[in-house]
Amino acid sequence: MKRRAFIAGALLLPLAGPRLAAGEAPGATLDPLLWVITRGEVVRPGRVRLELPRLADNGNAVAMKVSVDSPMSAHDYVKAIHLFSERNPQRNMAVFYLGPRAGRAEVVSRVRLAGSQRVMAMAEMSDGSFWSGSAMVEVTVSACSEGN
Amino acid sequence: MTARIQLPSGARRGEVIEVRILIRHPMETGFRFDGDKPIPRNCINLLRCLYNGTEVFRADLSSGIAANPYIQFTTIAEASGELVFDWIDDEGVQGMERAALLVSG
Repeated sequence: MKRRAFIAGALLLPLAGPRLAAGEAPGATLDPLLWVITRGEVVRPGRVRLELPRLADNGNAVAMKVSVDSPMSAHDYVKAIHLFSERNPQRNMAVFYLGPRAGRAEVVSRVRLAGSQRVMAMAEMSDGSFWSGSAMVEVTVSACSEGN
Repeated sequence: MTARIQLPSGARRGEVIEVRILIRHPMETGFRFDGDKPIPRNCINLLRCLYNGTEVFRADLSSGIAANPYIQFTTIAEASGELVFDWIDDEGVQGMERAALLVSG
């Protein structure tokens, strides 16, 4: 009986573990790279649209567009957009700081990608909430490889 | 370091305009070698844009941004004046470029 109770308890344990809100991006809250920004605040998927080509011939320069669904008004705006790489040696790629004067929450750039991977964009809103979006890219010739 | 700023030729007051900047810079990753010698990292790490003296955009950049960084963002055309970009790289070299914006209405 004791053993049965222990097993039942052990099965319930993961539920009592780190808080994971419904619909949260997997692992987002616990990734130390994100935690220094979010301080444990949940990162919810949505509102962020990250556009990258599905197939990139050259990882040295990949077109990137990130936009966030926000009214960009004086009281409801995107404060920052953080860009993270899953596989680059430098995982935090860039941070773009915006404000209500941007009018639209949209940034375009060209990024370096060390191989095929998922790239993630996280938006930090003026109300303190965090939202994320990601894109999967297949890279034929990786950045940081010989001969670049 | 040289840079090119692209702005619309004119804008109406309150219009959201696209601002583009292209900076000539190697954005050296620090992961490349010259023979056996590693080439030290040298990236533009901070880029700012001031619109008539007020910061409207800022970016922390890294080796994750391609060489000759291109950045495009938007801003609301509030008044005629000047957009001033400044940036600094890992070696402490600073750059600056400005462009005039004509706002009507």
